[in-house]
Order: sequence, then structure tokens, then C-alpha cells
Amino acid sequence: MAEKIYRVNMTNLTTSTEPVPDKWLGLGGRGLTSTIVAEEVEPTCHPLGGKNKLVVAPGLLSGTVAANSGRLSIGAKSPLTGTIKEANSGGTAAQMLAKLGCKALIIEGLPKGDAWYTLLISEDGVTIQEEQELVGKGNFDVVATIGKRTDEKHGIITIGPAGEMKLSAANISIKDPDSHLRSSGRGGLGAVMGSKRVKCIIIEPTDAKVEIVDQEKFTEANRAFTKALVDNPISQALGTYGTNVLVNIINEAGALPTRNFTSGQFDGHEEISGETMHDTIVERAGKPKHNCHKGCVIQCSQIYNDKEKKYKTSGFEYESIWAMGADCCVDNLDHIAEADHLMDDIGVDSIETSVAMGVAMEGGLLEFGDGEGICRILREDVAKGTPLGRIIGCGAASVGRAFGVTRVPVVKNQAIPAYDPRAVKGIGITYATSTQGADHTMGYTIATNILGVGGSVDPLSHEGQVELSRNLQIATAAIDSTGMCLFIAFAALDDEKCLPALVDMINARFGADLTADDVTNLGISILKTERAFNEAAGFTNKDDRLPEFFYEEPIAPHNVVWDIPDEELDKFWDF
Amino acid sequence: MAGEISITVKLFAFFRENRFKQQEQTFPATITVREIIQRLGIDPEEVGVTMINSRHCTLDQTPVQGDQLAIFPVIGGG
Repeated sequence: MAEKIYRVNMTNLTTSTEPVPDKWLGLGGRGLTSTIVAEEVEPTCHPLGGKNKLVVAPGLLSGTVAANSGRLSIGAKSPLTGTIKEANSGGTAAQMLAKLGCKALIIEGLPKGDAWYTLLISEDGVTIQEEQELVGKGNFDVVATIGKRTDEKHGIITIGPAGEMKLSAANISIKDPDSHLRSSGRGGLGAVMGSKRVKCIIIEPTDAKVEIVDQEKFTEANRAFTKALVDNPISQALGTYGTNVLVNIINEAGALPTRNFTSGQFDGHEEISGETMHDTIVERAGKPKHNCHKGCVIQCSQIYNDKEKKYKTSGFEYESIWAMGADCCVDNLDHIAEADHLMDDIGVDSIETSVAMGVAMEGGLLEFGDGEGICRILREDVAKGTPLGRIIGCGAASVGRAFGVTRVPVVKNQAIPAYDPRAVKGIGITYATSTQGADHTMGYTIATNILGVGGSVDPLSHEGQVELSRNLQIATAAIDSTGMCLFIAFAALDDEKCLPALVDMINARFGADLTADDVTNLGISILKTERAFNEAAGFTNKDDRLPEFFYEEPIAPHNVVWDIPDEELDKFWDF
Repeated sequence: MAGEISITVKLFAFFRENRFKQQEQTFPATITVREIIQRLGIDPEEVGVTMINSRHCTLDQTPVQGDQLAIFPVIGGG
């Protein structure tokens, strides 16, 4: 189907379909969401007010049979960071939207009144329907209820109670092929959707196909691309242990933030490791390997069952397990899985909320290690929106302010994830300079600093860290625009056939003539667009800094502080 | 015994299968990381990362008495 822009005005409750402007034709995913937000949203606006817009866009290759191309980008001005934001995730929605010809869905304005709405996207365009049945429901119940109302083939993009309450750690959930959930986790985009009183977006299945200009060339390139992914040993390990394979290696490297970022190693690392998780999953008849979208050949997700061998959670990621585990000193994988399930259901980011719990533990709310206590607070406070629950649901910085804690690991108000920047300098550069607050996925230097992928840069040295982070942030912005999962980067960094095959697929899809340099330039232009938005919103280089305690408190076992000079950090933007 | 060292060897992911998680082992003092890996029956080609005392090391490095040697296959995540 020909591509269109779907626009929904929640102030007037009207919808329209527009042709794609020429300037947006070559964009998709993050490139498109960030471009639209930068063009149409006033940078100084209140993120939960009528001037913000929520933009949903599949990637350039989403909806095709290209391996691993089912990622969906969602963008807006973030209520957590105040910066521009793009969060992406798997699930079925990206491929379904692309097949319907939806290049982007733009939701703007705010309705008057207290009603909630559902958007239905089909071959006929978008319709707005008043919603009552789903209001107040957790995400799993939303998916089950819509499954009964329609059928299980519909795509679903939804918010839980946290989004309805406009909490700044609220995420947006996307239904996966098994009617479980994937999350556009970071930056509180669920609160933006909640501010517009859109409870969920339902996507009708279609038989339509994405147009491919040169089918033969596309098939050939996809074959080479898929082979590069499947042959890569990292892909194979991801399918066995999931991303949680990282607990032990990051702990060994002394970079596993523990007890609210006061140590780099966790005594209970073995209990929460990928190796233990794999054995537990197999023992309980779960699935170590699972895909978050059709066509994924890496399958890093899994089905984790409880002791009764019943489904508990999937997409049980290293960062969530680290945050609820090492950072809160919980060494019981079942408590962490229960918390993960609850956070998915409530619709809060499992990194932000767990780091917030670690800060709250330092503030005396609970003892470190109290996994049951965490689950109780999630169930009784965050889900129900008590004052305490709202403070926690607004993230780590919110908890730090409420409890008078100064050791608050955030950049631009967003929680620092699973790799201590004192012990891995490159990732500190990424946290500090990212256009979206602390986020490891923006420029994953762990690949080169720790894992030996794409070369090797000593994690404790100053040498080469800025350049490493810059190159990865540029490449990531481009990958995030294709609809590809970021994990293709492991193959792309070390297999010379991978990236050319990806570029060939884009060219075959659109009849274009792009080179690898064009792809790099796309990444550069996205970063600059995002940075310009942030500057217009009031951010300066002084915001590109890590919290004070990283400069002052050495972390074991290497006993190192954050010591990259500010002038070095500022050089990041010299390109 | 003179000329020997005792070190702690840690294995991860599938390197643990039919081997161990962690063991104290004794080797000749001149042994390299590569030779230890070969003695364990691991193909050095499959090794992604090695660390001595939480610092990355090369396969040609020689551990000393009391070192902790961690051996990982090629892995990734994030």
C-alpha cells in the first residue's frame, strides 16, 4: 500500500490521512519520529500539555521479510528528561503498521473532559472510539480483553495504570506474537499517551504487503544479511542465555552497579546470572529462546515460568535483572521475575523503576535485598497510585528528592542503567552526551570496552572513549531508523558482509542508491536534529555531566572515580 | 612445589558444560592463558574475553600465583 501519514487530533477528536512529504520519504523509525517532533513540537512546551505530540513510526524495512526488522519507534518530548525522546521495541505493531502503509502516526492535542479513547487503525485509516471497558486495567488484561473483543491477530499498543496516571516512568507496551508484552520503556512516553487520554491503539491485520522495488535484489541481500546474523557467535549465545548472559561478565569486570551504585560487584551475581536463568527456565519447561517479533533470527527473549511451571515473564532482560537484582541486592530470580511481571502490567519502565527502588532503599524505605517488599510496593502503591507509588513511579530522581538522597544515578533525570561509568569510561561518555538522558542503547560502548566486539578499548583508560561513543551513537541513530533490532550491530561491527547487505536491502526496497556513507550521514543528521531540539528547550553542555558522586566516590574493585575532564566530554559534539 | 603456581580458574556460559564454574588449579609457573585454555579442552577460537583479576588480558599473558583467571566465550547483550 502507498505510504501515508496518519494524524489524530485529540482536541477536536478528528483524524486525517496525509501524503508523505518528500522530505520525510527517506526516513523511518527514530529518524522520522525525531524529525517530526523537532519540526512540529515547541521545544519549551510542557511534555504533558496540548503542544506535545506522540509520534509512532515503523522502520524503513519494517513489514518486509528482512530478518530482525520489526522494531517500532515512538517519539515525543519526554516528561522524564525534558529532552527529545525515542523509545523502540519489538512486538507485532511495527510490521502491521508498515503493511497498512502507515509511515507515521501523529497524535496531537488534548481532549477536554474525562473520557478515555481507543484508536483503531485499519485499511480505511484511523478512527477514534470512546473507551470504557479498558480504563484502569493492567496491560495483560488489556491484551486479553481486546483479544476477546476482536481476535488475537490484532496489534496492540497500550498503556497501563501508570500511563493513565501520567507517571514519568510510564512506558508504552506493544503486544508480541504470543500476546505477551514488549515495552517502549524509557523516558515516560506512556505518560504522554495518557495525557492525550489514549488508552490503547488497536491495529487491524491486513493482507496488504509492503512494496519492494527490486524483489530479486532484496531477497539476495536478505539472504546474506540473515546469514551474517545467524553465523555470529553472539547471536547464538543470546538465543541460549538471553541478554542476561552479561551479569557475570560485567560483575567480573567490576562494573556491575551494586547497592545503589556503591560497589562494582555483587555477591549474589551467580544466583541472578544468565547461566542460572537458563537452567531454571529449562527445569521449569519454559523457553530459553523466543522471538519478540516475526522474522527475528536471534531470539534473545525467553519464557520464564514460575515454580508451578506457569508463565511469569518474557523479555526478561539483563538491565531489569541487574536493576532489581544487584542494584537492590535482591539475589532471588523469582522475586525479580515477579517484579518484572508487575512492572510490565502496571506499565512502568523496569530500569527507571528499579533504580528508583534502589534509591528508596538507601533512603530507608526498605532493606536492601527485600525482593518481596519491592513486589508489595509495586502492587499496593505504584499500581494503585498512592502518594508513595507516584513518587516511585516518577523515577529515581523523584525518589531522591522525596527522600533526601544525594546518591542518585541519573543523567538529565533518567536512571543510569547496568554498567558503572567509573569502571567503563566509554559508556559514561554515552550517558553524559546522549540526546535522551542516560541510556546504554544510545551508544553501546560495552561492546568494545568489555566484550571485544568492534575492536578493543581499555574500559579504564581515557584514550579513545569519546571517539568510540560518538561512532556508536551515530551508527545507532541510523540503525534505529531502519526498524532493525540493535543487536544486528554485533554482526555489523565484526562481519564485513553484514552492513553492505543491510544497505542493499534498503536500496532494493525503495529503488534507492545509498552508500554506507549515506547511512552514516543519516545518523549524524538525526543526532544533530535531536541536539538542536534540546538546545532550543534550554539544555547546554553543563547538562552533559554525570552526577557529582561519580567524581568523588571510588568504586570497588578497581577503586576508580569518574575522571574524564568536562572539556573532553564537550568534544563529543565536534563533528 | 617450586616452579608451580596455583590460580583460580572461572568459566562462564557453555564453557561450564562438562567442566566447572570455578576451580583452584596448579600449573607450571611459565604457563600462558592460551595454554591453560587448551589444557581445559577449549578451542581458543571460541574464546571471546579473558580477564586476570578483573582486568582484560591477552592469551599470551602469564598469570602469577594467586591470580583469578576468568574465561568467557564470545558473548553480547545489552
